Amino acid sequence: MSVAQPLERSALSDTRRRRRLPPGRVAHAALVYSLLGLLGLFILLPVGWMLTAALKPDTAPVFTYPPEWFPTRYWNWDTFVRVLTDPDDPYLRYSLNTAFLVLVNVTGAVISNSLIAYAFARLRFRGRNVLFGVLLATMLLPGPVLLIPQFLVFFHLGWFDTYLPLTVPAFLGNAFFIFLLRQYMRTIPRELDEAARIDGASHWAVYRHIILPLCAPALTVVAVFTFLGVWNDFFGPLLYLNDPESYTVAVALATKVSRIGTQWNTLMAANLIAIVPPLLVYFAAQKRLIGGIASVGIRG
Amino acid sequence: MTVKWILISTPLLLVAGLAVALLLNQKLPGMNGFRTLLYVPAVLSGVAVTVLWLMLLNGEAGAVNQLLRAVGWRNPPNWFEDTFWAMPALAIMSLWGVGGGAVIFLAGLQNIPPHLYEAASIDGAGPVAKFRHITLPMLSPTLFFVVLNLVIDGLLVFGPIFVISGGAYTGGPNDSLLFYMLYLYRKGFLEGQLGYATALAWILTVIGAVLVWLTLKFERRFVFYESDAPA
Repeated sequence: MSVAQPLERSALSDTRRRRRLPPGRVAHAALVYSLLGLLGLFILLPVGWMLTAALKPDTAPVFTYPPEWFPTRYWNWDTFVRVLTDPDDPYLRYSLNTAFLVLVNVTGAVISNSLIAYAFARLRFRGRNVLFGVLLATMLLPGPVLLIPQFLVFFHLGWFDTYLPLTVPAFLGNAFFIFLLRQYMRTIPRELDEAARIDGASHWAVYRHIILPLCAPALTVVAVFTFLGVWNDFFGPLLYLNDPESYTVAVALATKVSRIGTQWNTLMAANLIAIVPPLLVYFAAQKRLIGGIASVGIRG
Repeated sequence: MTVKWILISTPLLLVAGLAVALLLNQKLPGMNGFRTLLYVPAVLSGVAVTVLWLMLLNGEAGAVNQLLRAVGWRNPPNWFEDTFWAMPALAIMSLWGVGGGAVIFLAGLQNIPPHLYEAASIDGAGPVAKFRHITLPMLSPTLFFVVLNLVIDGLLVFGPIFVISGGAYTGGPNDSLLFYMLYLYRKGFLEGQLGYATALAWILTVIGAVLVWLTLKFERRFVFYESDAPA
């Protein structure tokens, strides 16, 4: 199953666009566009409102009548600087913490899952299918059941209030990613590795120089999903981190909102800080990502 | 509460997701742009999205209520501070992320072979008949997958409620949003009853398994797989 399929359809719509449309089609198109336009507004307005609120000075009311959806009057970018560097609630610190977790997790996920997937896709060993079945079965086990035992294990290892519970698991593989990568690797012709093996390449060399480069699209999906998952994760950091110094953006934000007397503009600025990195990654990887999600969906 | 939420959210998000996907599936220029835009909320942090909607749905002065007053609703609801309106508010918030499900539907729609529609047109089928007899049956595996996911997601909601309630000590106004996972967290990590919480987790697993089993049973009756069709 290829990972970035649906995009090829745009070629089709290109040829249709050139044909002159009959009036019925025009009305139809107008209807579709206006409905989508409304939906787009529904998505965009809240984000615009958030930016407007963040850019207001402390003295200006955030809640105005009528509501201001897009910034027009105030452009106080220093709210962001203040939120990032506030010694009592430093979002720069939180962002760096989260970025560190993201970096470690993405590295771990790409290395471990691709190695494991390689073994399942290319090596023949006794019990491989049984092991793969067990692996898939772990996907069925719901998270909440694991939650408390896992917590106790990490607690007794002395890992509470460290980043270890939030990073080490990434190096131990993830059933879903292994499945995704294995499926992808199986689409790579075996002749390629056989040719390399005849030339004397080891399994490691085949993995490193043939499979990994060819898996780049699937690895991107793994990396982006991991990025988004870790950046947005709330439960994990909430459970394992105690020291505010080590908070991630999500946990800091949840704390900030429940604190009495929080300034709305700083809250919205912090919110934007939480939102921008996933947005950038999403736009950069958009085509591959949606293709990946789509192929995952078809799997069901 | 969790069950009520699943009963509200699953059909709502299912229908909305399908409707959006049908719109996006039209062969018109600019659809990729819309698709990108509509998927945006799905990649954002749940906490950040909740904080944003807490502001927008603020009872006194939130932007949504300003709009409602402007169109003549004198006393718009207090949303997250109101026992009754807290859940609809949550529903509005999840509608914002409808693009996530829509993308999966869209992939399903694009996998329907166009020749089926062409054949139906030749036989004189209108758009409604085509939807009823081609789109729905061909899409049923996707529908099934999405329903299953929505049910499981509904069971596991935690982050938004935690943020709305400002911690797990209360479950929204008057515990009207006291969902399963929040209760589990409260018992296990705030009250230190890890054993009790583990038992709750197992009960949740059993409920989840039963729901999945029911859905599977349902699937056998209503889901159509092309490969099973008589040749």
